[in-house]
Amino acid sequence: MNAIEAAFAEGPAFVPYLAAGDPDYDASLEYVEALARGGADVIELGLPFSEPVAEGPTIQAAVNRSLDAGMTPERFFAFVEELDVDVPLVCMTYYNLIYRYGDDDAERPRAFVERAAAAGIEGFVVPDLPAEEADPLREACDEFDCDLVFIVAPTTQGERLDRIMSRVSGYVYVQARLGVTGAKADVSAQTGQSLDRLAEWEVPKAVGFGIASGEQAGEVVAAGADGVIVGSALVDIVAEGYEAGEDAATVAERLEAKARELKDGAVAGAQRTPRPERT
Amino acid sequence: MPAIEELTDAYERYVLDNEDGFMDEFRDRLRDFGGRPTPLQHAERLSERYDTEVYLKREDLLHGGAHKLNNALGQVLLAKYMGKERIVAETGAGQHGTATAMAAAHLDMPCEVYMGETDINRQRPNVFRMRLNGADVTPVTAGRGTLKEAINETMRDWATTVENTHYVLGSVVGPHPFPAMVRDFQAVISEEARRQVRGQAGRLPDSVLACAGGGSNTMGAFAEFVSDDGVDLHAVEAGGSSLAVDEERGVAPNSASLSTGEEGVLHGARTRLLQDDDGQILESHSVSAGLDYAGVGPELAHLVDSGRVRATNVDDDAALAAFHRLSSTEGIIPALESAHALAHLHEAHDDLGDTVVVNVSGRGDKDLETVIEETDRREIDEAPEMDVFTEGLR
Ligand SMILES: Cc1ncc(COP(=O)(O)O)c(C=O)c1O
Repeated sequence: MNAIEAAFAEGPAFVPYLAAGDPDYDASLEYVEALARGGADVIELGLPFSEPVAEGPTIQAAVNRSLDAGMTPERFFAFVEELDVDVPLVCMTYYNLIYRYGDDDAERPRAFVERAAAAGIEGFVVPDLPAEEADPLREACDEFDCDLVFIVAPTTQGERLDRIMSRVSGYVYVQARLGVTGAKADVSAQTGQSLDRLAEWEVPKAVGFGIASGEQAGEVVAAGADGVIVGSALVDIVAEGYEAGEDAATVAERLEAKARELKDGAVAGAQRTPRPERT
Repeated sequence: MPAIEELTDAYERYVLDNEDGFMDEFRDRLRDFGGRPTPLQHAERLSERYDTEVYLKREDLLHGGAHKLNNALGQVLLAKYMGKERIVAETGAGQHGTATAMAAAHLDMPCEVYMGETDINRQRPNVFRMRLNGADVTPVTAGRGTLKEAINETMRDWATTVENTHYVLGSVVGPHPFPAMVRDFQAVISEEARRQVRGQAGRLPDSVLACAGGGSNTMGAFAEFVSDDGVDLHAVEAGGSSLAVDEERGVAPNSASLSTGEEGVLHGARTRLLQDDDGQILESHSVSAGLDYAGVGPELAHLVDSGRVRATNVDDDAALAAFHRLSSTEGIIPALESAHALAHLHEAHDDLGDTVVVNVSGRGDKDLETVIEETDRREIDEAPEMDVFTEGLR
């Protein structure tokens, strides 16, 4: 069992997301480490791309802060190497950055995966890469023992679902609602239905898009999720700290507390409702 | 994106197989609402001047004033056939937004158009027209506020609303089936032009010229000529103020992705892109809003790579000069986009053969403010004095 699967095997997994380098490199290191202290089981680290089409306003702004502060793929790898955390790291980025990495055209996209794996990345989420186009990246991931996570939208059906199922590993990212990322006050009713459609899949199911509180995390787990992914609600804390000019340690404390709330919520959700039997 | 599967299915059934008579209805509406066929006009003064028979495909005379209506009408009609209830679109120059708003009003569909703030400011007449046709125009402030950002925002809307909404993409870009579908809707340009030039000149042209932003008028003007080996096809991009890239600021002062871009993946298509060494997409620049895009259609990029289409570019000044030249010598005020194709005619006429078709993709009414200001700021050949007008603008 690899590290990501192991993280899900121990109970409901809490998977936070932050854009690496938001609002700047040093503060961001502290923030990611705070999430680990708060109970993160897997961390999704955003490598910022100039066209974040899957993101709502909160994460778009984070991506821009990070890019403005000088984030590049090379600095991202340095960032991963410098991080002092003991949980598996997933790189969340867009395909062009993966596709363009390295000097040798023939080596793409292998060169990126090789470099990322060497830095300590164990998986990838690439929201603009359809399963139909994913084989080269899937092969590179296999070679370097990395996972390739796919996002399943509430409307994904039929052959497309099968294509994803045959290529996904680590966990499947179950999009809780249609649209783009962003914290929401309620848990979408689509979540339960989405999970039901994937009930047979062997890979852990992590639900994301819109989860903002421990209570919501609990609801999602109670609905049958193996994990919860939380991005915008954490990025909001980074943004507020940045706008208020607070020091990084203060913001990191708040992130750690929020992480703990979300992790505890997920665990409580698992206790509240027995996990549905999977046949 | 399941939306894409649903759309691919609809494209194959209705557009390729004419299910339920879709293509027949599309042709009828293009004729009655759109005003097709558009003329292929022999341009007498330009022909004399260049000692070349110059024919202008007058897409500026299409309803709405640009080729964009061909595609917008096709897609809004398709959305109807698919049972969608709402239309979203992005626009750069505003011509696609205008065409979509018109088609949506014509076919009784609510319509929302995303437009970059920079483009809203430089294409106000089209903003008015969209509003008059009942569309909502939503400003996009990200980045430089041009077409690329508007596409991002429209994709986000569509991702949220796909169950009842169709995204009318404005060019031969984005994920499959958009590039093929938009080409098919625009192919009417070359279907007509090929027939017309044979009738009028008694032969096929030596060259066909079209400007290339995303490349929809380009692919439309080329489609039926691609298998005619004797016809040279020229895609003319916006060279902007320079072909050099300002890496520091992440800006290319041009939108010449075929001429200077590299292969990459943007908006669901693998194609030539203006990007930095890391693969971050650059902001593009052109005096013409409709060409101001960091990518280009994947099929057009492929035709350039395979040598079938020649990609060239002309700079902002040359396009402005061509704008004035056509206005004063032929009485046709072209869109700044189209003026790029006319500028290439001016620069390269000795090498284009005896018979040339230039696609005048649209009319220039939307560009008058920009042209007056930019002409006043620079020294443009063949341009009248502009200071009398600039007073009025301020
Ligand atoms: C008149 C005109 N020509 C050309 C273009 C460029 O688009 P494309 O390259 O897709 O034809 C536009 C875009 O708005 C336009 O308005």
